[in-house]
Amino acid sequence: MLEFISRMLGRESASSKTVAKERLRLVLVHDRASISPAMLNKLREDLVKVISNYMEIDEAALEFNLCQDDREVALVANIPVVKMKRDYATKGLAE
Amino acid sequence: MGEVIVVTSGKGGVGKTTTSANIGTGLASNGHKVVLVDTDIGLRNLDVVLGLENRIVYDLVDVTSGNCRLKQALIKDKRFPNLFLLPAAQTKDKTAVNPEQMKTLADELKAEFDYAIIDCPAGIEQGFRNAIAGADRAVVVCTPEVSAVRDADRIIGLLEAAELRNPKLIINRLRPDMVKRGDMMDISDILDILAIELIGVVPEDESIVVSTNRGEPAVMDMGSKAGEAYRRITKRIEGEDIPLMNLDVPVGIMDRLKRLIGLR
Ligand SMILES: Nc1ncnc2c1ncn2[C@@H]1O[C@H](COP(=O)(O)OP(=O)(O)OP(=O)(O)O)[C@@H](O)[C@H]1O
Ligand SMILES: [Mg+2]
Repeated sequence: MLEFISRMLGRESASSKTVAKERLRLVLVHDRASISPAMLNKLREDLVKVISNYMEIDEAALEFNLCQDDREVALVANIPVVKMKRDYATKGLAE
Repeated sequence: MGEVIVVTSGKGGVGKTTTSANIGTGLASNGHKVVLVDTDIGLRNLDVVLGLENRIVYDLVDVTSGNCRLKQALIKDKRFPNLFLLPAAQTKDKTAVNPEQMKTLADELKAEFDYAIIDCPAGIEQGFRNAIAGADRAVVVCTPEVSAVRDADRIIGLLEAAELRNPKLIINRLRPDMVKRGDMMDISDILDILAIELIGVVPEDESIVVSTNRGEPAVMDMGSKAGEAYRRITKRIEGEDIPLMNLDVPVGIMDRLKRLIGLR
């Protein structure tokens, strides 16, 4: 009953303007970087592939995001390293 | 030497034409020599908002393609002898004019007028590129909605890419009652996201509909809230530092009820 009254009076868990603002913030990060989520995923895969030539990383814990500050967008990656490959191994790869 | 100001938005129907008509009329009533240019070729509207639809002989495309001289196409306003309209062509499309021609036209207008206000069509294609081609300044109109703000952001990027720096923002159709309820983004939310300078906030107002019905811009109606907002915007365009108008709504019975039973 109380819930009904409170819905009648228009109280919601998060106000719709907060939702609007958060959705806008996210969509504009991609708009401004003019890169689609699919392309961002591809970039992430490529990056993982390249880095894996040099070190073993924890792919599950990898953080990879476009971050926005004022009118600037930065690509921020946090890549936990599990193990470094031995130097001679990469030299070996190059030959 | 006058100034060319383009009124643009990206998203359609957010109030570019209404804003152009009101700013132009406001500047004229303050004594400036003003021309309003409708660049929405094929969807001519500024003429009816100004109540000048019966006087059109030549149009923008006639001027840019050399069919007539600028002076022949300009329509003098009913109320202000120093206000003119250059109407859009109705039977052609946006490719009938190119940005180069618009630049030439802008120079001609600047020599003749204090202000040329360019009403831009919706979208980011040729109509947009034509409208901004000769502009010195830009005003971006948006409403407090996700899609309108998103499109405004895109337009701001495109304006900057076209070297039209520091566009000014007009937030149109704000509903203070909804803002108060938390169901509409507030001025600060939008400024936070778009990070450009605000030049005015126009409330949602029935008097806009009434004034459009009559073909008399609300800026001349001293009893209209939206008109007051446009009078202030006009002064800011002239360079005056005017505070935002108070859009507060009185505390309603629902608010009091909610407070009583502890919901806010
Ligand atoms: N502040 C306001 N309060 C109430 N109605 C408004 C307000 N501003 C605009 N409108 C109405 O919204 C509609 C669209 O406005 P307008 O034609 O100025 O938009 P526009 O951006 O020029 O559209 P288009 O993109 O089609 O050219 C009109 O019917 C107008 O009367
Ligand atoms: Mg319009």
